[in-house]
Amino acid sequence: MKILVCIKQVPGTNKVEVDEQTGALKRDGVDSKLNPYDLYAIETALRIREKTGGSVTALTMGPLQAEAVIREAYMMGVDEGFLISDKKFAGADVLATSYTLFMGIKTIGEFDIVVCGKQTTDGDTGQVGPALAEYLGIPHISWVKGIKEVDHNGVVVEQDMTESSMIVRMQWPCLITVDKDIIQPRLPSYRKKLATKNKVVNILTLKDFVDQNANNYGLLGSATKVESIFPPQANKDQIILEGSGEQLTKQLYAILEKERALR
Amino acid sequence: MQYKKLTKDDISYFKDICSPERVYTGDQINEDFTHDEMVEYGKYIPDAVVEAADTDEVSAIMKYAYEHNIPVTPRGSGTGLCGGCVPIYGGIVLSLIKMNRILEFDEENLTVTIEPGVLLMDLIKEVSARGMLYPPDPGEKSATLGGNVMTNAGGMRAVKYGVTRDYVMALKVVLSNGEVVRLGGNTTKNSSGYSLKDLMIGSEGTLGVVTEIMLKLIPEPRAVISLLVPFHSLEECIDAVPGIIRSKSVPTAIEFMQKEVIEAAEEYLGKKFPDKSSDAYLLLTFDGASREEVERIYEDVADICLKAGAVDVFISDTEERQESIWGARGVFLEAIKSSTTSIDECDVVVPRNKVAEYVRYVNALEKQYGIRIRTFGHAGDGNLHVYLCKDDLEEGVWKNKCSSIMENLYDKAIALNGQVSGEHGIGHAKIPYLEESIGNTPISLMQGIKQLFDPKLILNPGKVIGIYRKSCSSHFREI
Repeated sequence: MKILVCIKQVPGTNKVEVDEQTGALKRDGVDSKLNPYDLYAIETALRIREKTGGSVTALTMGPLQAEAVIREAYMMGVDEGFLISDKKFAGADVLATSYTLFMGIKTIGEFDIVVCGKQTTDGDTGQVGPALAEYLGIPHISWVKGIKEVDHNGVVVEQDMTESSMIVRMQWPCLITVDKDIIQPRLPSYRKKLATKNKVVNILTLKDFVDQNANNYGLLGSATKVESIFPPQANKDQIILEGSGEQLTKQLYAILEKERALR
Repeated sequence: MQYKKLTKDDISYFKDICSPERVYTGDQINEDFTHDEMVEYGKYIPDAVVEAADTDEVSAIMKYAYEHNIPVTPRGSGTGLCGGCVPIYGGIVLSLIKMNRILEFDEENLTVTIEPGVLLMDLIKEVSARGMLYPPDPGEKSATLGGNVMTNAGGMRAVKYGVTRDYVMALKVVLSNGEVVRLGGNTTKNSSGYSLKDLMIGSEGTLGVVTEIMLKLIPEPRAVISLLVPFHSLEECIDAVPGIIRSKSVPTAIEFMQKEVIEAAEEYLGKKFPDKSSDAYLLLTFDGASREEVERIYEDVADICLKAGAVDVFISDTEERQESIWGARGVFLEAIKSSTTSIDECDVVVPRNKVAEYVRYVNALEKQYGIRIRTFGHAGDGNLHVYLCKDDLEEGVWKNKCSSIMENLYDKAIALNGQVSGEHGIGHAKIPYLEESIGNTPISLMQGIKQLFDPKLILNPGKVIGIYRKSCSSHFREI
C-alpha cells in the first residue's frame, strides 16, 4: 500500500504583510508552520498505514526552507519526503500548483491514495486537492470528516455536505481532502526527531520532471493573476453602555435602529 | 456585641451611596452569591449584594459598615475553592466585579494599573496586545485579579516566574473603617518599613478591600514550546522531576497528569487528547526569545526525560497543538467535578522533592479507603490538587471518609514540611487544618494582625483564622 500525503508550509500567524507590488505574502522573517489542516491529513495517512501496512510519503512544494515541514512529517512517523523547489515554480496559482504536484508525483511513482488537507490557512482556496485528482485522473472526495473502512480494495469515507453527510466507497487509487477534527493528530516525537536527524529530504526541480516547459509552471503557468491582496479590516469598535436596565434597552435599541439592524 | 442585621434604612443608605440598581436584596440576590465553586462547603445568603463602582463608594460603604457593625464580604468572580467569598455571617457581599477598568499601561516601567474586577483572561489579552506578559498563570482565567491578589494565586508558570505576590508592586486599599491607603509603589527596590502590601496579598479580604492594583509585567517571550512526556508509571514520571529542576534549563511549567484525568477532560470537552498511550505524563513548557533558543533549551530536558525512562517526548510547538493539550489541562477541575456526584478537594504544597512520596501516599489512601481519588498538579513547585470523588457513596459514608482522608492528607503534607494551601487559600473550609499545621504562636500573631486592621471584625469574618465575636453563632445562617 503506497500512501501519499500533500502538505504545505504556511505563515505561523495571520499577521503577515503583503507585498503591494506583487501581491505575494512577505514570508521572510516570519515564523512558519505546517498548515494546520495538513496535520489531519498526515494523521489520516498514518492511520491508513496502520490498517493496511505499506508506506507514507510526504510531498510539499515551496522554497528550500519548506524542508522543515517534511522534517516535521518525519517526526510524526512519515517514511519518506519530497520537496518540490525551483524558482521557476514561484507565484503558482491553483492550476499551476496542482500541475506541479502532478508532475512531482509522476516523478516519484504511483500511489494508492493521496491525502490532502481540506485547504490551507494562507491561500485558503481548497481547490488544489481536487485539481490534483483531475490531473492524476483518479476519483476524489473532498471535505472528508471520517474514514469508515479501509481495506486492500479501497476506502469508505464520510463526506461533510454541510447539512448532511454522504458515505462513499472509492476504489484505489483515489484522493481525499480531509477536514479538521477527522481525527486528533499526534504530536511530533522527539525520539523520531533524533532518529531522522540525518534522513534525506529528496529535492525535486524542473529538471526532474517529464514536462520541462517552464511556461507551464509558476506565475507563467497560472491562469489567475492576483490583482491585490490585503488583510481583512479588523473591526474592533466597542461601545460600553451604562445605566439602568431600561436605559440600556433604549440605548441599545437606538443603536440597532441607527445601524439598520432592525426590520 | 452582635452584627447588625440590615434594615430598610441601611439599604436605602447603600442605594444612595451607589445607585439603586447596584444594590440587591431578597429575591433579587442571585443564588450564585451564596457560594463559590465549592457548593459543598455550604450556601450562605447575604442581607444585600452591593456592586461598587469606585474606591469612593467602597470607602463610603466600609465607613458605614464600620459604624453600624455590618459584616462585609468582598467578592470577585466567585471562582474560589475554599468558601473565601461567601457571607457566612450575612451582611453585605461587596461585589467588585463592576470595577473592571484597566487604568494605565506604563510601557516605560513595564507596569499596568487596574481595578480589582478585571478578569485574568481580559488582562492577558490586553497585555499580550502590547507585546508584554503578566507571568502568573492561574488556571481559572475567569477569576478577577482582585481575587488572585487576595489569595496570592499561583498557577502554572510558578516554576520560572513565581506567583501573584511577585508581580504586585502597589495596592490601593480601603481599610475596615473606610480609610483609603496606598501600599507599595512603583519602584523595584523598597526597604521602607514593614511590607504592608505583602501582608495584604493573600489576606483573602480579611484585612482590607483592594480597589486598585499595580502589576509588574515582562516583555512577552516570542517563542513558547511545550513538551508532553509520557511515562510508564506515575512514579517514574514524578521521579524524573528533580533531574529536570537540577538542569540548567528552567521550564516555566512542570505539570503532571494521569490518564484517568485526561480521559475525564476528553469526555468533558468532547475532544481527543493527542496521546493516551501511557498512564502518566509530565507537561513541560519552555519560553525564550526565539524558536531556535527554545529548541536548544528543551532538547537538554528531553534527553533527561528519556534517560529517566520516558516512553517518548512529544513536541507541542504551534497554537493548535498547544490548544489540544493546554485546553484539556485547563478543564481538569471541571472535568473531575462533572465525572462524579460531589467532590472534596485539597491544595497542599510540599517540597518539590517530596511530590513523588506524597502522590504515592495519596494512591495508597485511595486503595485503603476504597474511594476514587484524582490527583494532578504542579510537579515543578510541589503544589498538588487532590480530589475525592463521591460517586455513588451514601452521604454519611462519604462525609466520614472525606473527613478521615482529609486529615490524613493534611497530616502527611505537614509531616513532609509542606503547607495547607499552595494557591487556593484557606477561606472558611480549611481553617482547622491551618490552625493545626502552623502552630499556636503564628496563629496568635495572625489574630493580632487581624484585630489591628479590623478591630470590629467586620471584614470577611470567619475566614482564614478562627477569631470570632461572641454570640456570632446566633447569626450563623447556613441554608
